[in-house]
Amino acid sequence: MKEIVIISGKGGTGKTSITASFAYLGDKDVIVADCDVDAADMHLLVQPDWGKSENFHSGLLAKIDQEKCIKCGKCAEVCRWNAIPVIDKKYIVQPLDCEGCGYCAIICPTDAISMNLQNVGNWFLSNIKTGTKMVHAKLGIGAENSGKLVAKVKNEAKAIAEKEGKEIIIVDGSPGIGCPVVSSLSGATYVVLVTEPSVSGIHDLKRVYELVKKFGIKAGCIINKADINMEKSNDIHEFLKAENIDFIADIPYNENFTKAMTMGKTIVEFDNGKIKQILENSWEKIKTK
Amino acid sequence: MKIAIASGKGGTGKTTLSTNLASFWAEKTTIVLTDLDVEEPNSGLFIEGKKVHQENKFKMIPKWEKTDCILCGNCQKVCNFNAVMKLGEMIMVFPELCHGCYACSELCPTKSLPMIPKKMGELKYFKSDNLDFIESKLIIGEEQAVSLIKQTLDYVNNNFPKNTIKIFDAPPGTSCPVIEATKDADLILLVTEPTPFGLHDLKLAVDTMRKLKKNFGIIINRFGIGDNKVEKYCSENKIPFIAKIPNMRKIAELYSTGNLLYKEIPEVKVQLENIITFISKYQQENAL
Repeated sequence: MKEIVIISGKGGTGKTSITASFAYLGDKDVIVADCDVDAADMHLLVQPDWGKSENFHSGLLAKIDQEKCIKCGKCAEVCRWNAIPVIDKKYIVQPLDCEGCGYCAIICPTDAISMNLQNVGNWFLSNIKTGTKMVHAKLGIGAENSGKLVAKVKNEAKAIAEKEGKEIIIVDGSPGIGCPVVSSLSGATYVVLVTEPSVSGIHDLKRVYELVKKFGIKAGCIINKADINMEKSNDIHEFLKAENIDFIADIPYNENFTKAMTMGKTIVEFDNGKIKQILENSWEKIKTK
Repeated sequence: MKIAIASGKGGTGKTTLSTNLASFWAEKTTIVLTDLDVEEPNSGLFIEGKKVHQENKFKMIPKWEKTDCILCGNCQKVCNFNAVMKLGEMIMVFPELCHGCYACSELCPTKSLPMIPKKMGELKYFKSDNLDFIESKLIIGEEQAVSLIKQTLDYVNNNFPKNTIKIFDAPPGTSCPVIEATKDADLILLVTEPTPFGLHDLKLAVDTMRKLKKNFGIIINRFGIGDNKVEKYCSENKIPFIAKIPNMRKIAELYSTGNLLYKEIPEVKVQLENIITFISKYQQENAL
């Protein structure tokens, strides 16, 4: 089974618009996974029916039973996150600061502290407008463990692909290089890097590619807004050659991306010209990788 | 006073706003700009300054010393992150999974797991005239941005006076790194764009700031593209709408080269002045 992960390092390069186009072009041959769980947007373009929804529990949170607490302060002493301040003469766990390590619960002499699984978000299994399935999620506000939710979304997508005999999973990854991205990349068979010819775009492309290299996954690159700065575009082409990254396509700056989005459409449904053709060619290249 | 610049969606212009606002304001007063997007820090690409300081940042992880170890396995039992494991006659530590809680180390009966520092990033401090600029960069492969953000905030708080204007460029999203970067700020500026993605992620960011009980205002970037639903949302929800930066290809071109916008586009300067007026008024009213 192929697992194609689309990432960008930098936000706002057009990653989700491009991923949604591939999902549209892949039609019933693909299963789609939106792993940008922190700010998931792909549903705005592919109209899922939010068919099935489940809570996702992960990570622990300390809770102090005030009846049992003898106010010895040992818990606050060992907490590296200063998550247990004294408020109104009571030791109170601050949920946003608690890391869930459980050290306080172990050290408490009266067993007053319990560690409880947290509901960190929801995941969904939906039918989308192409008639295929998408797994997506919504991380709770300020929640931790986004990496674990990403893994859940990917595993569910894999299970469905296997069940339905689909050969390709398209994954929309998250920005950055931290835990959700690491989680998006694990198990990928091919990575598509979406970038733009700007100083930030290049900087972030290089950093995220360092991460991809650590995983030893083959990568290709799409340069969006390629004509905004030809010199930087050339720099990216040089970088791709030097690193042996497949060049997939240059996409010119085009406000149709936004116009399509405001209509809830992928760009390949909206644009019948050059952009559509570029993305069709790109998808042909990617799906055979 | 601490001002954090955040957004739900990535690529809406946090860094553009942070660097332009800090540089423009620094023409009049001392400004400290800090890039807290430690995974992909970009502010430094737009700031010219002389490097005056650099230091490595570490996280603490346990290191197994076998001499006195009785292989009781308590370390594995107390670790909630599977970062310490007893495998046969060995204790294995997985540094990338370790959150640095010290439980395994301090609860070891033979003191066989002392904590040692492991480099997780670098902090750099640049200076040019009135502008102090601090950035931290996470080492690739390290996953825990939060600890580096926290250490960077500590550095800024310890090295600059309380009443200095401090601007923080926050990471995108609504999860733990954003919480860490915004929870101590006095005022949050949320940058969005007038598109369905922009609005969707703005709502998440607004929910996050409400949960943190923060005061915030909205800045629309690429104004003129997309639709008017962000403005409508702001007025319906009584959210202060501070400024709008126009959608211009010229802006994208200047940005791509690493240039500041206000020096060449008068409209951007007007908008920055609106933002400074808003912040100054807020500062006076709240005695910050």
